[in-house]
Amino acid sequence: MDPSRSASRGVGPLAKVTYVEFDGTEHVVDVPVGTSVMKGAIRNNVPGIDADCGGHCSCATCHVHVVAPWRDKVGEATGAEQALLQFADGVDGGSRLSCQILITHDLDGLVVTMPEVQG
Amino acid sequence: MDRPQRVVIVGGGQAGGATAALLRAYGFDGAIVLIGEEPGLPYERPPLSKAWLKGQADADSLLLKPAGFYEEQGIDLLLQRTAVTIDRVARTVGLDDGRMVGYDRLVLATGSRARRIDVHGHDLDNVLYLRDQADAERLKAVLSTGGRIVICGGGYIGLEVAAAARDLGVEVTVIEQQQRLLARVASEPLAAFFLRHHLDHGVDFRLNAQITTFVQEDHKVVGVALATGELLPCDAVVIGIGAVPQDGLAIAAGLECDDGVIVDGSACTSDPCIFAIGDVSRRPVVLYDCSFRFESVPNLIEQAKQVAAAFTGRPAPRPETPWFWSDQYDTKLQIAGMVCRGGALVIRGDEAQNRFAVFHLKGNRLMAVEAVNSPAEFMAGKKIIADCRHVCVDKLGDLDVPMRDMII
Repeated sequence: MDPSRSASRGVGPLAKVTYVEFDGTEHVVDVPVGTSVMKGAIRNNVPGIDADCGGHCSCATCHVHVVAPWRDKVGEATGAEQALLQFADGVDGGSRLSCQILITHDLDGLVVTMPEVQG
Repeated sequence: MDRPQRVVIVGGGQAGGATAALLRAYGFDGAIVLIGEEPGLPYERPPLSKAWLKGQADADSLLLKPAGFYEEQGIDLLLQRTAVTIDRVARTVGLDDGRMVGYDRLVLATGSRARRIDVHGHDLDNVLYLRDQADAERLKAVLSTGGRIVICGGGYIGLEVAAAARDLGVEVTVIEQQQRLLARVASEPLAAFFLRHHLDHGVDFRLNAQITTFVQEDHKVVGVALATGELLPCDAVVIGIGAVPQDGLAIAAGLECDDGVIVDGSACTSDPCIFAIGDVSRRPVVLYDCSFRFESVPNLIEQAKQVAAAFTGRPAPRPETPWFWSDQYDTKLQIAGMVCRGGALVIRGDEAQNRFAVFHLKGNRLMAVEAVNSPAEFMAGKKIIADCRHVCVDKLGDLDVPMRDMII
């Protein structure tokens, strides 16, 4: 198999991501390095992320809040992502569209929380 | 009504897959059976007319859920099977292999199929449609050999295929019966923009054009003849003239249908045990006080949430603003709301810069926004429509006034 493809098939390196639902329910998921925080949620059926557009930064239905200690490492929204986020519900300083956060080794242990509603 | 214990979903596309997954996410612990006609697992269709054609997506990357998901979640998959009958009294679905599957609740997610063209030569090998992965793979193979194609239909599918084909260096002519592109679904300024945008990328157009025949040699189309007498030589023809709901099963079962299965705000049909979602359903649109049959992913996700909520006793989700997107070349179009004729239009931004939005208004109520490379205008518009807020019509066109200051 082409080694560059192995991560997307789930046999490459993984990082732990904790998704916290609005009601506090936690989901700890292994997400392959190189895939997005959104895909990690969708592929593991974590509720609270709709991802209407499938990860093309065309909507704001995969909105998450990056918890404070991780904000520097994850970075801020820019461009179209920022434009979409400014009108999403419940935006705060840690708001990102999870389709735009790609998992790296540095993000092993990342914690994100989900808003009450998407869009 | 009692909570269901056994849910059968007919349709293995994104709507069927999303319903099964959401039911489990919402804690449904009864049996789920998913019946699909295609050989593979449920996948995302929108990239088929975009990334797939350019070799930037494959079957694995489009999967809604990974292969192991369905077994882990106890979702019974019956693939490459067609539901052929519904017995509403016995509550069973009959399959093409003779099997009968019983249900407490049935979800019809049978989608739509490409409308066939009624032109002599329509059944030739290189007259292509685009609906599923097999169609997309055939079209991709044609585009990879270069040459030239004729696209029948200047709607979103036709234009997205045109963009992908041009990116691959294929010569493209688009034939449209109407006087302009996107005649049913977009405003005139938006259609005019896309015409110019595609012309700039080397697409040739024949508007207001009637096809008389597909000229053939050796069971292949070699040209498209127009009523004007013009002959457009080509290596293949792509048809994108709309979609029709696959509601035959529902009609045969006596469910209320009218160009789609009629459902209420929780996706329930005229039979309280049968629901219908996605392209096949004609649903109420609360914000517009009408009913409509949408062909979009956001629509099917909204309805899948309605069904999952109804089956698990959760409160019904809040009505959403309909929305839609299209990617062509480096241009991202996002539309929120329903584009209706007769309203006033305000344009914000610069069409020549490929960055503008068309706002559709009734008085100072925003009805729709068509946003080209303008995510803030799209998102603000979607929100304003959902909240039924009024806007400052005279400021909308002024780029110096930020969108957040438009709300009255």
